[in-house]
Amino acid sequence: MAQMPASSVQDSSHVLETHDLRAHYRMKYFGIDREVRAVDGISMHVRKNEVYGIAGESSCGKTTFIKAIAAAIRPPLEIVAGHVNYSFIKGDLYAMPAADRSAIRWRHLSYILQGSMNVLNPVRRIHKTFEDFAFRHMHLGRAEFDQAVKHHLERLRLPAEILRAYPHELSGGMRQRVCIALATLCKPEIIIADEPTTALDVVVQKDVLAMIRETQSGFGSSMIFVTHDLTVHANVTDRLGIMYAGRLVEEGRTADVFANPMHPYTAHLIASLPKIGDTQSRNALSGSPPNLADPPKGCRFHPRCPLAMEICRYENPALTTLAEDHRVACFAASTKVQPANDEGSGEAKTLEMAR
Amino acid sequence: MIAVFRDLFRYNGEFAIGFMIMVIILGIAAASFFSPYEPIDSYLVALDAPPSTEYLFGTNSRGQDIFWQLTFAIRNTLAFGFIVALISRILSLAIGLVSGYVGGAVDRILMSINDTFIVIPLFPLLVLLYFVLRDDMTWFVLALVMAGLGWAYDARLIRSVMISLRTREFTNTSVFSGMSMPSIVTQEHLPYVLPIVFSTFMNNMNWSIGLEVTLAVLGFTDVDTPTIGGMIFWANQHSAMVSGIWWWYFFPTLFVTLTFIGLFLLSISMNEYIDPRSRLDRMGNS
Amino acid sequence: MTAPLLHLDNVTKLYKRGGLFGREEFRAVDNVSFHIDDKEPQVFTIIGESGSGKTTLARMVLNMIRPTTGTIFFKGQDLASIRSGGARRRFMKEVQPIFQNPFEAFNPLKRVDRYLYMTAKNFTDAHSSAQLDAAADAALNKVGLSIGEVRGRFPHELSGGQLQRVAIARALIPGPSMIVADEPVSMVDASLRMSIVNLFRTLRDELKVSIIYITHDLATAYYVSDRIIIMRKGEVVESGSARVVLENPQHEYSRLLKSAVLSPDPHGHGVLTGDSAASQQARASPRRQTINSRS
Repeated sequence: MAQMPASSVQDSSHVLETHDLRAHYRMKYFGIDREVRAVDGISMHVRKNEVYGIAGESSCGKTTFIKAIAAAIRPPLEIVAGHVNYSFIKGDLYAMPAADRSAIRWRHLSYILQGSMNVLNPVRRIHKTFEDFAFRHMHLGRAEFDQAVKHHLERLRLPAEILRAYPHELSGGMRQRVCIALATLCKPEIIIADEPTTALDVVVQKDVLAMIRETQSGFGSSMIFVTHDLTVHANVTDRLGIMYAGRLVEEGRTADVFANPMHPYTAHLIASLPKIGDTQSRNALSGSPPNLADPPKGCRFHPRCPLAMEICRYENPALTTLAEDHRVACFAASTKVQPANDEGSGEAKTLEMAR
Repeated sequence: MIAVFRDLFRYNGEFAIGFMIMVIILGIAAASFFSPYEPIDSYLVALDAPPSTEYLFGTNSRGQDIFWQLTFAIRNTLAFGFIVALISRILSLAIGLVSGYVGGAVDRILMSINDTFIVIPLFPLLVLLYFVLRDDMTWFVLALVMAGLGWAYDARLIRSVMISLRTREFTNTSVFSGMSMPSIVTQEHLPYVLPIVFSTFMNNMNWSIGLEVTLAVLGFTDVDTPTIGGMIFWANQHSAMVSGIWWWYFFPTLFVTLTFIGLFLLSISMNEYIDPRSRLDRMGNS
Repeated sequence: MTAPLLHLDNVTKLYKRGGLFGREEFRAVDNVSFHIDDKEPQVFTIIGESGSGKTTLARMVLNMIRPTTGTIFFKGQDLASIRSGGARRRFMKEVQPIFQNPFEAFNPLKRVDRYLYMTAKNFTDAHSSAQLDAAADAALNKVGLSIGEVRGRFPHELSGGQLQRVAIARALIPGPSMIVADEPVSMVDASLRMSIVNLFRTLRDELKVSIIYITHDLATAYYVSDRIIIMRKGEVVESGSARVVLENPQHEYSRLLKSAVLSPDPHGHGVLTGDSAASQQARASPRRQTINSRS
C-alpha cells in the first residue's frame, strides 16, 4: 500500500482532528421517517501519545462518534457534515477512496472492543487471527512475522502458548489481553478502545487497565478510550471529553475535570460516584436524556439542569475555552452567574421542556 | 399498514416481483369461475388447434380449451398446496412447541417419532397408498396424507427456537408475573415462531405442489379433476410430444414454474420483514 | 421465636459435565449456609466475581432450580415442598426477582406495561382495567416513574435505568417480603446506578422489603448493604456486617477484591473541590443523613 506522507492536521502535535463532525441516522422506509442526530457538531483533537477519554451515558452518541472517525459508516448512518483529519492521511478521511480507507486500518488505526469475541474468530487459532489482521500490513516474510508476533507477546508478558489456543480455551481477561496485543502489533498511531473492560470482573479489570496504560505509553500510540464509567477515566485517561445528546459539553485534563467540573452535567456525574467509606446519600438527576430524533431547542441539557437560565432554552452554548486546556459549553459557566434558583441547595429541578 | 406495504413494494425487488406474479396466477385461478366449459367435459371444441386469437392457449387432443383447463388446474393445484401447508403447519407447530417447552422424556419421544417421519421415503409410500386406495384416493385424502408426512422438518426447527426462548430471561419474568405455561407460549413465544411458520408455509406449498405434479404425471392420482400434473399426464397419454402439440405441455409447465417462483420470492421477502430481529432494527433499536 | 426469613442449610449444587464416558462434576455452589432473620428488613449482599456461584445461588433461592443437597427454608417452609401451582403462586407473591439485563428481562416485541398489568391481575385483587392501571401506577410511583411515561412503550424506547426501575416496580406489585436482585446495576450506566441503588434503600426503609443484592461492585455494596457474604468458586470466604467486612477485610480474597476497586481520585488531586458554579452547586446539593450502620 502506498505510504501517505503528507498530513492534513492543522497542528503537527495532533494525531486526529475533527471539525464540526455531524453523523445522523436517516431512516425513511417501511413507514418510518426519522433522522436521529447522533453526532451533532463535534470539534476536538487528540494529541500524540495521549489517552483521550470520552464519557457519557448510553445513547449519547459516543459509539456513533467512534464509528464516524474510524470510517465504519454504513447506511442508515451517514456523515452529514464536517471533517475528520489524521496526521497520517492527506486530506479529509472521507475524501479518500474506500479502498485506501480500509488500508489504514490496523496499520495506523486499530481498535479494542468491549467483547473480545467480537474480534476473535471462534474457529481460528490465535496465531491465525494475528495473521489475518496484521500480516499484510507488516510487509515481512512468514517466518519473520511469526518472530515479530512472539517478540511482541513477550514484551507484553503474555505466554507464547496462547498462540496455539482457540479463543474459547482462554478466560475472558486473557482474551481481552490478546485483543490488546493484536491492536498494538503494528504500532498504530491511534487506538480506539470502546468499553474494553466493562464486561470484566473487578480484579481482571484492574490488570487489563494496567496493561492498556503500559502498552499505550510503551509504544507511544494515542488512544481514544470510550466508557460510561468515570472512575475508569480517572485512572487511565490524560484528557477527558464529556458527551451529552450528541455534543461535547466539557473537555479538559482529567484531573482538572474531576477537581473543578464546569458543566452541571459533569458535576452531577462526578458527585454521584460511590466510594468505599462513604455512605452519604447522593441525589440522582431527574429526567432522562433527550430523544435524539427530536432534541430540545437551545441547550440540550436545559430541561434537567439545576443552573438553567432563560437563555438556555433558546440558544445552544458553544464550546469555549474557559481555563487552560479546559473547554465548556454552558452559559452558566461562561458568565459565572449565580444559579437562578437561589435556595443555594439546588435540588435538581425538572424544567418543562421548551419547544 | 398501507405505508409498510408500499415501502415493501418499493424497496424490496423480490417482494414486488413475487407479488405481481402471484397476482397474475391468482387472477388466472379466479378466472376459472367464469369458465364457459365444465372442467371434466371433453370433446367440446376443435381438436389440436394451436394458440390463436380464438383459443388463447390452443386446444388439446381431448377437445378442451387449454386456457380454461389451465384456470381450473391452477385453482385446484393452489388449493391443494394451501391445504397441505396449512394442516402440516398446525401439526409441526403443535409438536414443536410442546416438545421444545416441556422437554425431558416428552421431548425425546416426540423427536424420535419426528425423526422417523423424516426418513420415511415419501414417494414410494404415496405410490403404495395409491395402489391400495385406487379410486378412494381423492384429492382430499392425498392432501391429508401429505400433510401428515410433511411436518417433520419444521417441527424440529420450531422446537429449537422454543428451547432457546425458554431459557431467555423474559420467560422467567413472565413466570414471576404469574402467567401459566400455555399463555407464556402463545403470548410471549409465538411472535418469534410465526416468521418461521410463515416462510415454511410457502416452502411447504412448493413442495406439495411439486410432489403432486410428479404423482399426477405418472398417473398416481385422480386424473379426472384437472390439475397441472393431470394435464401433463393426459398430454403424455395422447403422445402430444410426438404429435407436435407443444402448447399442451408448454403452458401448464410455464405457469407452475411461475407459481413456484412467485411463492418463493414472496416467502423470502416477507420473511425479512416479519423476522423479529430485523423488525427491531427498523423500530430504531440501534 | 419465629422462623428466619430465609435460611440456607448446607446447600450444594452440582452440575455434571461430559457424556457417557467420563463425567466430571462441577460444584457451582459448595456447602453454603446463611440466614436472614425477619426482625427488621435488611439488605443482604452477596459479592462475587463471575464463576463464584452467586447467580446459581440466587436462582435456588427463587426456586427456579433445586439444590443437589441441602435445604432452603423460606419463612420456615422447605422450598422443595412447593409443588402445586397454588403453592408456587403463594411463594411468588412473597419472593420476586430483578434480573441483570433489563433489556432481556422484558420481551422486546411486547409492551412493557403488559407485565405490570399481568402481575397485578395475578397477584392482587385488581380486576377492572381501572384497578389494574391504578395498581401499576402506584408501583411505578414508588420507583419514581408514572404510568404515563411507561404506557404503551416497548423496552427499547426506554433507557436501561428506566427499564430496570420498571422491573423493580413490577416486582413490588405483589407486595413481597423479599426481592432477589441479581446484578441489577451492572448493565446500567455508571451514572445511573446510584438512582437505582438509592431505591433499594427506600424499599428497605419505607416499604419494609428485604433485599438480597448480588453484585461484584464493592462501592455500591458498601453504600447500601447491611450484611455481606463474599463468595468465590462456590464457597463463602467471608461474611459479617457490611461496614466491618469492607473496611477491614480479613480473608486474602476479600483483600484482593478491595484492592482492585478503582478510586475516582487515584492521584489525590481532589474531587469536586473547584470553584466553578457547577461544582459549588453539586457540593451544596442536600444530602440525607448518614444512616446508622446495622449488623
